[in-house]
Amino acid sequence: MAVPAILHTAYVLAHAPDFVRYGSKPTRELAANPSLLQQMTAALRPWDQVVAYPPNQVFIGNLSPDDLAAIPRPWLDHPVAEASPQGPFGQIITQAALYGLMMLCDDFELLTISERLAEQARAAVVGFEGRRDKIVGVDDGRLAALIAGNEGLTLYHDGEVAGFIRTVHELDPSLDAHVLFENLACKATAVQAVSDLLAGGPIDPVDVDYLLNTGEEAVGDRYQRGGGSLSKAVGEVVGCLNATGADIKAFCAAPVHAINMAGAMVASGLHEYVVVLGGGSQAKMGMKFRAHLRNGVPVMEDCLASMAFVVGPDDGSGARLRLDVTGKHPIGAGSSAQAVYQALVVDPLVRAGMGMTDVDRYAVELHNPEITEPGDSGDVPKTNYRTLAAMAVLRGEIERGAMDEFVASRGMPGFSPTQGHIPAGVPYLGHALAAMRSGEIRRAMIVAKGSLFLGRMTQLVDGVSFLIESPNDD
Amino acid sequence: MDLDDQANVNRLAEETGKDEMIVLLGQPDPNSAGLFAETVTRGDPTWAGPLAGVPLGLPVYHILEEEIKETMDPDLYQEHVGLMELSADVDEIVKWVKFYREGGGVG
Amino acid sequence: MDLKGMQVVAIGEREGINGPSLKLLAESAGAKVVFSVTQCFV
Repeated sequence: MAVPAILHTAYVLAHAPDFVRYGSKPTRELAANPSLLQQMTAALRPWDQVVAYPPNQVFIGNLSPDDLAAIPRPWLDHPVAEASPQGPFGQIITQAALYGLMMLCDDFELLTISERLAEQARAAVVGFEGRRDKIVGVDDGRLAALIAGNEGLTLYHDGEVAGFIRTVHELDPSLDAHVLFENLACKATAVQAVSDLLAGGPIDPVDVDYLLNTGEEAVGDRYQRGGGSLSKAVGEVVGCLNATGADIKAFCAAPVHAINMAGAMVASGLHEYVVVLGGGSQAKMGMKFRAHLRNGVPVMEDCLASMAFVVGPDDGSGARLRLDVTGKHPIGAGSSAQAVYQALVVDPLVRAGMGMTDVDRYAVELHNPEITEPGDSGDVPKTNYRTLAAMAVLRGEIERGAMDEFVASRGMPGFSPTQGHIPAGVPYLGHALAAMRSGEIRRAMIVAKGSLFLGRMTQLVDGVSFLIESPNDD
Repeated sequence: MDLDDQANVNRLAEETGKDEMIVLLGQPDPNSAGLFAETVTRGDPTWAGPLAGVPLGLPVYHILEEEIKETMDPDLYQEHVGLMELSADVDEIVKWVKFYREGGGVG
Repeated sequence: MDLKGMQVVAIGEREGINGPSLKLLAESAGAKVVFSVTQCFV
């Protein structure tokens, strides 16, 4: 049986200020109060500020979570000097590049952009030979006529009308322009992440056997809303000619479910190389914009985020996935915080003869607190780390007075955009691989939770976890 | 607070009357606990939902308050709240919920 | 504070004490839970 490992990671932030207005919350609020648009637009950040924003630099790997912990809050006031949009395991791309990616991912002529935007997009998109010739625009007159004569969504670039995405079928809400916009944005950002993953990683696109997309978008038509998938669609664009795939839906916990499944596929020999991916969540753009405006801070949910991971046989270069130390929150476990963490963290460790302090780093939902706190939503990772520390106290592993130390040394500040499934512990994987290669850590545990109750079909929460280990740890 | 939930709280307050009704909160930090307490007493401070400008003045308590804890089954309480008693800033949470319950922030 | 016979609206949070837990606890104090919900901010 092969020992599975996470071999490589890639992360992308797509700065998309003109997409914010079409997040779920802004769409609703701006319809009720159109005068808010100007206020919201004025509070959006320019490219340089987005690149220099410390949490974004952590997301792409130029800073470590420990570096971020040492930067005083608010991080908004401490831009990183001479920040680069390119990092060791991630990159920040412009909105023009995002439009270009959406064009080259569009196989149904859903999206039309202006000639001017197409020119910028072609200059911004790197690679994708064979598809980049799809990045063409139309003149302003034709664009205006298209917008005037069809059902769809008008798209903007630098605040100006620059594109249009059409509604495919007026009587099919699943193929409404807004839904297609979300799905195409998810596909495009995922494509960039998988492309980067395979360009810089240990395997070529044709080596990928299976793709597991973990994004939350509902792809399908009116007969099977959300029943479709993006995995194969993404693989097609990046040339994974030998792969098929399926989407894993588990709210925010999907990436962790998918990595465990990928590990099992590799271990069983079903597939040799599996790519787990997640595209950006357009619906969550500007989710807390009202709170940001009230607090006089920029509207910070201005980037789509995506990620991709190679899971394959351990070759000594990545992080071993301990399939015998995975946690799950079973239906019968009860939903108290104690029951959840017992099932996700303590039980798997105890089964393997370990305790909570045998794990060097825990990665929980890594939402950037600077985004959530203005809405009085608290610091999600900090709350989770304090709960883990309290669990260690109850188990007698640490003294009560050592809780802060536990949180500081085994936790980390949140640095992920609030993009649903993206923050689910997995933004740490790039850093974990680096820290294992340098010998800084031996073990890390990734813990994710999913709010199943949001769909109104159960009151249950969900959760899963896995442990990774340094390959040098024999 | 979720807009749908605000509508439900509003309806229940009308149906039940505040003498026989309490709102019980479970938020893990002082700011979010305060936000919810404010919403069911003074009205929705974010002016987004059905309770915007609707000062229901409901009696609101947090699960971490001593006078709530002592009415509950101790084993069950330990099982469900024991961790949060250790991890949360109990004094601050209780302070803010009490502040709004006792009419704070009005005027 | 006596919760016996009181009508309780329970507003929990995923990262704190959730709706189902609040409901169980309030019922252990003799209250009637008329509405319980769990909020998720993220």
